[in-house]
Amino acid sequence: MKPGGIFALAAILLAVIAGLAPVVVIGLSEGLMRADPYLFRVIRFTLLQAALSTIISILLAIPIARALARQRFPGRFLIVRLFMLPLALPAIVAILGIVTVYGAGGWLGGAFDLYGLAGILIAHVFFNAPLSARLILSRLETIPPESFRLGANLGFHGAQVFRLIEWPQIRPALAGIATLIFLLCTASFAVVLTLGGGPQATTLEVAIYQALRFDFDPARATALALVQVAICCALALYAGRFTGLTLGAPPLRRTQIRYDGTAPLSRIGDALILLASLAIVLPPIVAVVMSGMAGLRLDRDLIPAMLTSLGLAGSAAILAACLAWPLAAPRFATLGNLATLGAYIIPPAVLATGWFILLSRYSGTNALAPVLVIALNALMALPFAYGVLAPAVAEAGSRHDRLCAGLGIAGFNRFRLIDLPALKRPLTLALVMAGIVSLGDLTAITLFGTQDFVTLPSLIYRQMGSYRMEQAAATSLVLALFAFVLITVTESLGTRDDPA
Amino acid sequence: MKSLSAILLALVASVLPASARDTLTIYTYESFVAEWGPGAKIKEQFEKTCDCSIDWVALGDGVAVLNRLKLEGANTKADVVLGLDTNLTSEAAATGLFGKHGLDKALAKTPVPWTDDFFMPFDFAHFAVIYDSEKISTPPLSLDELVNGDPGQKIVLQDPRSSTPGLGFLLWMKAVYGDKAGNAWKKLSPRILTTTPGWSEAYALFTKGEAPMVLSYTTSPAYHVIAESTDRYKAAAFAEGHYLQIEVAGVIEASPERTLAVAFLQFMMEPGFQDHIPQSNWMFPAGAVSAPLPAAFDQLVKPAKTFLFTPDDVAAKRREWIDEWLNAVSQ
Repeated sequence: MKPGGIFALAAILLAVIAGLAPVVVIGLSEGLMRADPYLFRVIRFTLLQAALSTIISILLAIPIARALARQRFPGRFLIVRLFMLPLALPAIVAILGIVTVYGAGGWLGGAFDLYGLAGILIAHVFFNAPLSARLILSRLETIPPESFRLGANLGFHGAQVFRLIEWPQIRPALAGIATLIFLLCTASFAVVLTLGGGPQATTLEVAIYQALRFDFDPARATALALVQVAICCALALYAGRFTGLTLGAPPLRRTQIRYDGTAPLSRIGDALILLASLAIVLPPIVAVVMSGMAGLRLDRDLIPAMLTSLGLAGSAAILAACLAWPLAAPRFATLGNLATLGAYIIPPAVLATGWFILLSRYSGTNALAPVLVIALNALMALPFAYGVLAPAVAEAGSRHDRLCAGLGIAGFNRFRLIDLPALKRPLTLALVMAGIVSLGDLTAITLFGTQDFVTLPSLIYRQMGSYRMEQAAATSLVLALFAFVLITVTESLGTRDDPA
Repeated sequence: MKSLSAILLALVASVLPASARDTLTIYTYESFVAEWGPGAKIKEQFEKTCDCSIDWVALGDGVAVLNRLKLEGANTKADVVLGLDTNLTSEAAATGLFGKHGLDKALAKTPVPWTDDFFMPFDFAHFAVIYDSEKISTPPLSLDELVNGDPGQKIVLQDPRSSTPGLGFLLWMKAVYGDKAGNAWKKLSPRILTTTPGWSEAYALFTKGEAPMVLSYTTSPAYHVIAESTDRYKAAAFAEGHYLQIEVAGVIEASPERTLAVAFLQFMMEPGFQDHIPQSNWMFPAGAVSAPLPAAFDQLVKPAKTFLFTPDDVAAKRREWIDEWLNAVSQ
């Protein structure tokens, strides 16, 4: 898998440099902008809201993931799937759902002022707490069943199981998950502006977007982008020091049986935690569903938009998985992790502009638009695919490496006979996550889109842009349903032959 | 091999006929060519007048169109650019890509006399504060009443850094308050529920009932009357006057289809184009129409006075004015 990893790394690096370089070249030729108090205020606010959003999301996610890992109950699989749904919602759809619940005229009757830091945090926790919980859960599921059996034999109670078995498995993953969430919140744009209440809530991403789009001022954009790259790289590298893999003895059986969490008090506690998690995730989604019911009808644009979305998201997901898989080998750990975060370290608006400058020298970009959208979406989905695949690939490696070396199984045969069957579950999850992220993405399509190239999110935005709020709400509902069906179908295909 | 090359030839031939007719490539913003937008009907009408076809290239909004031109420079594929507004024309002209249209400027039926040699207007509307009459019985009667009014009654605005209506309101404040605009923004700021990145988010929050007022256009109530048969949403007439937005089109000087491009601009001022503007783009036509506008348009607010900075003023001062706004409302 060596050449694969190097190829994937080179491809990502090339895409990132091709985006950043042209903008920086123009920016430097015009002289960089000086740092001013405004810039420092923006940096401060960016870091503050991203840090708070990350901490709250992770603190909520750990007990939620643990409750899901140790309890079995009817409807559990629905909750696990529901947790991926926020990823599929374009920011504006989620914002309107959140406003319906917490807004001035919302279900809670305007119990507090949503517009400000509170609103930003609520939206970011809605997006990221379930996502973190899902990622942590996938780590907990890779704990060898023998560990729990041993724990049970030794008479561990709940806290000991957590401290001695679960935490050592979660801890090394947390730094990576936290980095991803932090970068997602740094890149957050519509949420920060709409729910932030005013320009006092401005992030670097907003400033870059303004500099590049409205002012067309590459010098300012370059300065801002370089600040963002520096901050994000430093953070990703720092977090990388804490990332690692705990590899115990290879498990003998694949089905995990939990012996803890059966005491009545644990059951009640877990039930309360799961109810709390539903209280975070469910109401805005219910709001989206309810507002969409009224205008639900089959428009001429709907089916083509669904097919376009499916095609783009599917291609982006496959591309993301193909890039993430070879990078997931432990020998690429630090560099691979950093590379997968490329589209969040360098703002997509910068990447898109750079690609455009390069390509427009040679040919029309209109014909290339679908390719560019897929490439950008794949880059944006990459950390999700990587986050799921990396631990699983490492674990499978530790299990099979010696066996394969002994039997002389290598290359494609190893992939087909050994790795693919063993990694079907994480690979499916990686594909689902990458696909869902691309399905809800509006950034790439707005940056490259043309007339006959409409996805569900861009259709929603078009409808909203011409007073058709009811139709937009209906299309949002279709998008949510579509995403849920895709999650369900892909997951059941991926677990069809599973013994569990 | 022979049959393969025959198939290839047939394939090439099936793609080619497009080049036999002239193709006019027009860059515009997205909602112009959406299913319900005027683009499709206009294409059909214009193609009847010539042996040619229109190829729309839709790009977000007017700002996105201008940026695409700046990025492409002389390599641009556009023959006509449609959908910039007068706040962008100075920068657009500065790219050096546009040629003089040579049309009779008297064809332009705009609230201010038309003087631009490079661009012709196709529609216009004044900005206005739209209010929900079920929640507000006495709307502000002037910009000053809005600025000094009850902070409990909120308004949703757009960010002038990312949205054209947002920039329009900033210019409106500047036109009315001049040097004191910063202070006026400070007074207005407790009334602002939130500042959204674009018009769509603001209008969605407004119709959801989050705030009883939103910045939009004088023509917005016409949509609700005609498409939803409700007069719940009304425009507030401001005593000082209203700021104007005019949307324009221009021809690319170096275009190989320059003659056809000018013909399109001429067509743009005629009923074949203009008839589709009011009820598809929800703006006032800036040229000749074949029939009077629907009654809903007659009932709209008619501003007593029109504000409009020159494109050069906007281009020169926009950055400074945005900084003034930032300082006033960020505290």
